[in-house]
Amino acid sequence: MEQHNDQVQALPADPAKIRKIWKVAGFLGAITAIEFIIAFTIPPGGARTFVFIALTIWKAFYIVSEFMHLGHEKKSLIMSIMLPVLFIIFFIFIMMYQGARILDALN
Amino acid sequence: MANTAIAAEESTTNVWSGGTTPMKASYGKLMMWFFLLSDAFTFSALLIAYGMIRYSHSAYEGIFEDFAFSQEYWPIPEMVFEAVPFLHGIHAPLIFVGIMTFVLILSSVTMVLAVEAGHRMDRRGVEKWMLWTLVGGVAFLGCQAWEWSHFIHGADMSNNVGSNTFMGANLSFNQYGPPNFAALFFFITGFHGFHVFSGVMFNFIVFYQTVTGKLERVGHYEMVEKVGLYWHFVDLVWVFVFTFFYLV
Repeated sequence: MEQHNDQVQALPADPAKIRKIWKVAGFLGAITAIEFIIAFTIPPGGARTFVFIALTIWKAFYIVSEFMHLGHEKKSLIMSIMLPVLFIIFFIFIMMYQGARILDALN
Repeated sequence: MANTAIAAEESTTNVWSGGTTPMKASYGKLMMWFFLLSDAFTFSALLIAYGMIRYSHSAYEGIFEDFAFSQEYWPIPEMVFEAVPFLHGIHAPLIFVGIMTFVLILSSVTMVLAVEAGHRMDRRGVEKWMLWTLVGGVAFLGCQAWEWSHFIHGADMSNNVGSNTFMGANLSFNQYGPPNFAALFFFITGFHGFHVFSGVMFNFIVFYQTVTGKLERVGHYEMVEKVGLYWHFVDLVWVFVFTFFYLV
């Protein structure tokens, strides 16, 4: 099988890196499993919703930081992606305010 | 020699036409990030609209066990999404959507492994992990097709809409709750499903270019990274859809 002289030689895998990837994957799976346990054992309510949202943001952090590698990019790149997200947070608050006003108007 | 393999990556591919590398990222990757940011705005708008519309309807006030579908209040999601294929009539809340979540997370992991193999110029590794990613994406789409079909055709608990008994869901009526409930289900999971579909298409193109050796001839596997970013974003959106549509 040595017919190609220009065949690219693959570098050997770094076991520590692979282990890190599976560790993050395990984290994501575990957090999802915790969400399920909460969904089945605790009745709906404000505190439960808050825990769900917190766990979701935790998962999102792992995906963006490790899988999408943003945590290891230059700080200016991290900021140019994360700062515009403030608009989304602003939008959530403004729509909550708006939603409450619509509820008032309907009742 | 082994250590000549990835020398190309940092020196040539990341330089823009101006001769420098802004933010130490290649042009393609940076533009993918900005596209994903704009897509994040679209999805947040949809999910925030969901929240606002949901809270402008009244919620179910009674005992959890006595819950029944009604047009008067917003349904409890785990009472709607409780079916699993081949297990007809068994109440299994959120089990199927949980399986879908794990499928998508796993295909995200295999995508990271494909990117990692690409860094090492390991063509066989990229082929293997891209193929698993494709399998995960197609499996997710299959699950979603089943879920939509079940949602549209209806569950056993039927519900009266006006004077008619109505089963299932369309954009005007649904048996589960107010019309907006089904409309938002179709809109949000449909928009996400379309992203998964296009992601599978992108993944297939990159897989094809890997198998034919095109990317190896180009000298780097940056395309894998770029479609990888898109694919992780699809997973990220699902994490939020899962929480806000199914759990809360």
